[in-house]
Amino acid sequence: MATSTKRDNGVAEVHDAQQGREPPAIRLAGLWREFGERIALQDVSLELAHGDSLVVIGPNGSGKTTLLRVLATLLRPSGGDVAVLGARLPREAWRARGRIGYVGHEPLLYRDLTVSENLRFHATLYGIEAPERRIDELLERVGMSRRAGELTRNLSAGMAQRAAVCRAVLHEPELLLLDEPSAHLDPEASELIAPLITAGAGRTCVTVTHDFRAGLAAGGRALALGHGGWAVYSGPAEGLSASDAEAIYRGALR
Amino acid sequence: MRALGAILVKDLRVELRTLESVPGMVLFAVTTFVIFRFGLDRTSLDGSLAAGVLLATVLFAAILAVNRIFVAERDQGGLDAIRLAPVDANALLAAKVAALVVYLVILEAIAVPIFAVFFLDEWSALAPLALVLLLADLGLAATGALVSSLATGSRARDLLVPLVLLPLIVPLMIAAAAAAEPLLAAGAPEYDEVATWLAVLGLYDVVFLLVGYGVFDFVLED
Repeated sequence: MATSTKRDNGVAEVHDAQQGREPPAIRLAGLWREFGERIALQDVSLELAHGDSLVVIGPNGSGKTTLLRVLATLLRPSGGDVAVLGARLPREAWRARGRIGYVGHEPLLYRDLTVSENLRFHATLYGIEAPERRIDELLERVGMSRRAGELTRNLSAGMAQRAAVCRAVLHEPELLLLDEPSAHLDPEASELIAPLITAGAGRTCVTVTHDFRAGLAAGGRALALGHGGWAVYSGPAEGLSASDAEAIYRGALR
Repeated sequence: MRALGAILVKDLRVELRTLESVPGMVLFAVTTFVIFRFGLDRTSLDGSLAAGVLLATVLFAAILAVNRIFVAERDQGGLDAIRLAPVDANALLAAKVAALVVYLVILEAIAVPIFAVFFLDEWSALAPLALVLLLADLGLAATGALVSSLATGSRARDLLVPLVLLPLIVPLMIAAAAAAEPLLAAGAPEYDEVATWLAVLGLYDVVFLLVGYGVFDFVLED
């Protein structure tokens, strides 16, 4: 059990460029985030290569969602170095925006637009030309073709989550940030969306989940955040046992 | 422009579907005219009183829309979605300003003829008055959208918007009333000083559009 070493991003990027290496998809060095007096994340460091997957686990209030929002450029880091898709945050956030897909606790869909109107709106924001085929294909894949004309406010939470996944992958992002993507979904729906949200082929995935057994079994890398937002573990998923993960949730492992 | 158009069309579509802002504004304006008609016990108004009644009514009706203009973005995650997209944040502000101008023009297209029926003997000033109102609408929308974006995260939004907006709008109201007063004067409209006040209105619009452009990025940041 060990956290990764701290590196200065600027130095690391110059080093990568000198070696002719592509910088990692995500590089965190000593990330801090505070909300007033409360510290949500403390000294979190990790590197994630392009095409890799990272599962983030930890008890409630350990900063998992905060971490995802920092990576999504929606929250500014309070300290430390953060680089996402080669863009240093927060200064170069504009370079990463448009290349990230994000599924959060809210579906980020307008309730008074239909599902297809919402997706067309997002396609326009991302400059996708003639998006109808892509929208139809995605809705078909998540089993929502017949609900495309329905107002989002009339959808169940599960259906809204399926639509949110379509929104997040519509522009084929390089980095997918998923905050409990299977929330509200039945097993069949979870299976339907799984191929859309897996890493590989140039896509990097960061998934926050409480289902740590399934998350760790999926392989890739793991980050376990403890109470107070400390990184208790950062490394290969197979290096963290289910019993250790359980201990982190109980607060027995810090 | 692509994002601006998409956000504006989205806002107008949602308004058409939900009728949350414009019908309320129109109803408020008409009710206020009725109250003035009986409260003042006058069947005819002119000059500064006519300009004051019309502009104050439009201003307070506008606050109803200003209060709501960012609600969907905040409550339904629109702000996050737009910040994740590769678009200039100012497109969002520009779209909200444009949406507010559209709402105000619709309001005035209905409310001004009703105002004229209630209070005006002479209707020939309505065409030049439209220009005064359009410039006032632009300033009101520019200031209103900015104030609304600042207040929308607050639980006291409904109180905060008028408290912050009204003092900022005072110069606009002075210029608009001064431009409208000679147009609504008893007898034939007078145009002598209108151009000067129209220039002041235009200047106010430019200043607040530029202020919005300069600070909106910081308003959106956490």
